Amino acid sequence: MLDSSMIELSRWQFASTALYHFLFVPLTLGLSWILVIMESVYVMTGREIYRDMVKFWGKLFGINFALGVTTGLTMEFQFGTNWAYYSHYVGDVFGAPLAIEGLMAFFLESTFIGLFFLGWERLSKRQHLGVTFLMAFGSNLSALWILIANGWMQNPVGAEFSFETMRMEMTSFAELVTNPVAQVKFVHTVAAGYVTASMFVLGISAWYMLKGRDLAFAKRSFSVAVGFGMASILSVILLGDESGYEVGDIQRVKLAAIEAEWETEPAPAAFTVYGNPNNDDRETHDAIKIPWLLGLIATRSLDTEVKGLKDLMAEHEVRIRNGMIAYEYLELLRGGADTPENRTAFEKHKADLGYGLLLKTYVENPAQASEEQIQLAVKDSIPEVAPIFWAFRVMVGAGVWMLLLLVLGFYFNAKRVIQQQRWLLWLFLFSIPMPWIAVETGWFVAEFGRQPWAIGEVLPTSIAASSLTANDLIISISGFLIFYTTLFMIEMFLMVKFARLGPSSLHTGRYHHEQSGHAGGMTPATAPQKPVE
Amino acid sequence: MILDYETLKVVWWLLVGILLIGFAVTDGMDMGVGTLLPFLGKTDDERRVIINTIGPHWDGNQVWLITAGGAIFAAWPLVYAAAFSGFYFAMLLALFGLFFRPVGFDYRSKIANKHWRNAWDWGLFIGGAVPALVFGIAFGNLLQGVPFHLDDFLRPYYSGSFLGLLNPFALLAGFISLGMLTLHGAIWLQLRTAEPIAERAKAVTKQIGLATIAAFALAGIWLATGIDGFRVVSEHIPNATPNPLTKEVIQEAHAWLSNYGTYPLTLLFPLLGFAGLGLSIVGSLNDRPGWGLVASSLGLTGIIMTAGAAMFPFIMPSTTHPNSSLIAWDAVSSHLTLSVMFWAAVIFIPLILLYTTWTYVMMWRRVTVEEIQAQDHLAY
Repeated sequence: MLDSSMIELSRWQFASTALYHFLFVPLTLGLSWILVIMESVYVMTGREIYRDMVKFWGKLFGINFALGVTTGLTMEFQFGTNWAYYSHYVGDVFGAPLAIEGLMAFFLESTFIGLFFLGWERLSKRQHLGVTFLMAFGSNLSALWILIANGWMQNPVGAEFSFETMRMEMTSFAELVTNPVAQVKFVHTVAAGYVTASMFVLGISAWYMLKGRDLAFAKRSFSVAVGFGMASILSVILLGDESGYEVGDIQRVKLAAIEAEWETEPAPAAFTVYGNPNNDDRETHDAIKIPWLLGLIATRSLDTEVKGLKDLMAEHEVRIRNGMIAYEYLELLRGGADTPENRTAFEKHKADLGYGLLLKTYVENPAQASEEQIQLAVKDSIPEVAPIFWAFRVMVGAGVWMLLLLVLGFYFNAKRVIQQQRWLLWLFLFSIPMPWIAVETGWFVAEFGRQPWAIGEVLPTSIAASSLTANDLIISISGFLIFYTTLFMIEMFLMVKFARLGPSSLHTGRYHHEQSGHAGGMTPATAPQKPVE
Repeated sequence: MILDYETLKVVWWLLVGILLIGFAVTDGMDMGVGTLLPFLGKTDDERRVIINTIGPHWDGNQVWLITAGGAIFAAWPLVYAAAFSGFYFAMLLALFGLFFRPVGFDYRSKIANKHWRNAWDWGLFIGGAVPALVFGIAFGNLLQGVPFHLDDFLRPYYSGSFLGLLNPFALLAGFISLGMLTLHGAIWLQLRTAEPIAERAKAVTKQIGLATIAAFALAGIWLATGIDGFRVVSEHIPNATPNPLTKEVIQEAHAWLSNYGTYPLTLLFPLLGFAGLGLSIVGSLNDRPGWGLVASSLGLTGIIMTAGAAMFPFIMPSTTHPNSSLIAWDAVSSHLTLSVMFWAAVIFIPLILLYTTWTYVMMWRRVTVEEIQAQDHLAY
């Protein structure tokens, strides 16, 4: 049995480095398209201010992107360094989308990003736009493959366990790629990234308007972002993740945990607005419920029931007992007793092998688990409910808040009076952190909600880690802590510095800090311009 | 599925090799440039010239490393699992070194402060030299075998220590790796910068090149005489379901030379290593850095393939439990996965080469101090 504190620390390290990486990814996904839109307008109209917009927002994009690349390296290393048994057990399936991501998407994004920054003088207008497009396309394609890999962790389709190789093996690449969970996750995640980038551009543009500087620049940036953000938040909410919650046991558990629904309610289920879920009592205290709402959100119907956690745990108990039998035959087969009878018996129970492995936390040989150990494993078979329940509500709350802001922003912008709505501009400025709160809590719901599994129903997190010691982990976590804290301070320093400088940082001579002696009123960018080179 | 399993196992050994060579030729060159940065650039403008020769390409180049890692994960999951977790602190050291590069390239020029820029220059040095050294050290350890074993359920256990990785032969391999990449980077700088940087780059190619050639020769002699190789003694069953626990392996003297005896054509690899590095020095000294770069690329290829061919089919031999050794026949993914990935590689690698070439063509010029000064706010 692996050292349980080492596993805990491995989980902490992976979760914190992944959440940290995910601070930078959504902005890249969205801002790259905003740059494409701005540059398209530049190429079509030839108006210099749009090129300046691409260059300035591109600068902030670059500051963010650098840390995205840095922290992304960690993610690739970490499967091998810290989750070695995971890598062996599912590499045959999980590794493929990662490798293809590199070949198909990451090369594209990374090869062209250098030309995006440094190719202005050497490429024609159209070539540069093409480069920007390929960079945006590559980064979004990259998200697709990563989410195919992640979707498989939630709902492992197109693969089967082989006792001979002692691992999961791919049986259908098509099923892996068309996994419904991966598809909805992709749409939900990239759209959330688009919202993040929109809120980022809106908040900073709002600040320029409040300061009365670089108004032409700020208003045009605001217009592009508010339209893009409006379309994106509608996609996030309407094409939300929920449709993926009907597939597979892990997703059903997650849904019940999100709702803290212990008992299966008659359809359509009520939505719990507030409550204190408790895993020990298997009950949600002080719950306030809205009838019907959950059924509508989760199942999009009035007569499909949402299964409660207690019933799901009862199913898990059956599967754990089956898994013990599967484990017994697996040992026989691996031990050399490879008879047709043993194979048949193993094949019959092997779908539940993963549930048997849940017992590994308590006993070396799951086939010999005691009744008490089985009950402990049943209790472990669902995640801690309260953090998921609350994280989900924070995510939805932040989403609704952004929806309201975007609707108002869109309306006033369309009426061309956005600059006068100073209260709204302040709200946009202070709401810059909102999309990050939403995406991080969303990540938490998806991944913490997957527990106790590394791969749903297949591989428990508790046996997926490398054979390291708690000490190894303390050293590596300290290293990450030092590097990531320092890098974060540097990144924020540069981001704030350049956001404050605004387009003046381009040194074109056309913007606020480069004009002598006036702040508001004038719109320098519409003043006579230097000829385009 | 056109190719049978046995063929695909060999093809994937070659493809991992190609990805590693692609990494060395492109990103390895950037690491060499990073290593030389604080020494060849005397002023800030000169250092910016050096950085901007690789500025548009370093990120794309780095994907060779990332894809090689991804391909090892997908094609040889057990190797990825055992090597990355076994070499835990070495891998973290390489990773932390790599951290300095994306931020170094992008952040350095954002603030015109001497200390700020100086700090990032040393960051880029670490980001170049440390991973280059660590990857060489890792290779050096693979050649000697690694203390690890697999249990019945194929969980890898590493029983060595971090300091054990830093043994003399491994350090020599690390030196070769760092030396060849630095040579490669120096020739690149000679090709893509003007005086005085180009002249300084030319001045170091000879020393670095000769030292690397000497180290490569020494490692060869050491390997032939002082390091026991490994050999599979059980019968090889073609197209077998991979199971790393069913074979029998022994460790014996000169085993790493047996491939060269059986397939004399493989002797071309060490030859290419020596000739490539030698000709790259000749090219550099005769002011033909373009040819020098081609030669150093071939030299890197020769050196990497020399190690690969010596070990084939071994990837990660085990010293403590030789039967647990991971080899190209039994540490591999399933037939379907190798097949899917093979087609992905066949389609995308040529495409990648095509558009990468386009970006080099578009950005091709000698970077000069004047250009950097004119584009103060645009360049890195």
